[in-house]
Amino acid sequence: MNEVWSVVLIVGAGTMAIKGVGPVLLGGRPLPRGLTSVIDLLAPALLGALVAVQTFGEGEELVIDERVVGVGVAALLLWAKAPLLVVVVAAAATTALARAVL
Amino acid sequence: MAPLTIAIVGFGFSFGVLARAAGFGWPAAVAMSATTFAGSAQFAAASILGDGGTVVAAIGAALLLNARYGPIGVTVAPWLTGSTLSRFLHAQLTVDESWAIAAEGDGRYDPKKIVGAGLLLYVCWVAGTAVGAIGGESLGDPQTLGLDAAFPALFLGLLVPIAKGRRRVQAALLGAAIALVLTPIAPAGVPIIAASAACLLGVRR
Repeated sequence: MNEVWSVVLIVGAGTMAIKGVGPVLLGGRPLPRGLTSVIDLLAPALLGALVAVQTFGEGEELVIDERVVGVGVAALLLWAKAPLLVVVVAAAATTALARAVL
Repeated sequence: MAPLTIAIVGFGFSFGVLARAAGFGWPAAVAMSATTFAGSAQFAAASILGDGGTVVAAIGAALLLNARYGPIGVTVAPWLTGSTLSRFLHAQLTVDESWAIAAEGDGRYDPKKIVGAGLLLYVCWVAGTAVGAIGGESLGDPQTLGLDAAFPALFLGLLVPIAKGRRRVQAALLGAAIALVLTPIAPAGVPIIAASAACLLGVRR
């Protein structure tokens, strides 16, 4: 439990600081253009990595299992512009179904 | 706003359920929603801990995901004119959705909308988390329910709307490639943090 709470408290405090630093300190001066374009790519890079690892990672191995079915369905639904909640529920449901059937 | 609030409650609920599956107690899940108030970072931290990743990896990935709030805070700063404390509190309510709602085009932001939308989203997010973390337990084994596939589906759903433009798509693909290559050889969590190097694509221009 200590591990969980250290993450909760440090991420909470860190995020509050990150959100607050611009409005509190910078007084509206924009970040240097080069830095902005790097930070802009952080979220897509990390989310891409999370999708990949959460789909194919199993501890320190790469595997192809029923999750691929769920994530594939999610991709199709996202392409069809379905709401996020529907996408997530459908991914879980199809994975559960694949697990029960296969 | 109505469809958005329902989505946020549902999204908060799934965080509550998945955080429990990753070994969080309900107070920790609720405390994280109340302080961090940023979906992707919370899901990332919970999933890395749930996969047996280290505390440092979970914190690193979550804070890197929230690094975008640095520049986002700078964009709203000119329109926040109150005291230091007031500016700090406004900044806490500036999340992706309230930021987008408050944008009036040509770089102007309405601080009233940041507070209005931000507070509503905050209440939905924390309440949804509480219900998911406390009540979600009765759902049963996360694996049979396919909840392990809910994580990547969710991250994909968060990625799609922001992956606009060639460079962001390249960053997402490079990030995924780096993480997959490192997964068999590095401890859990490290591949995710290493993938942040893909943002260096933004340097050459």
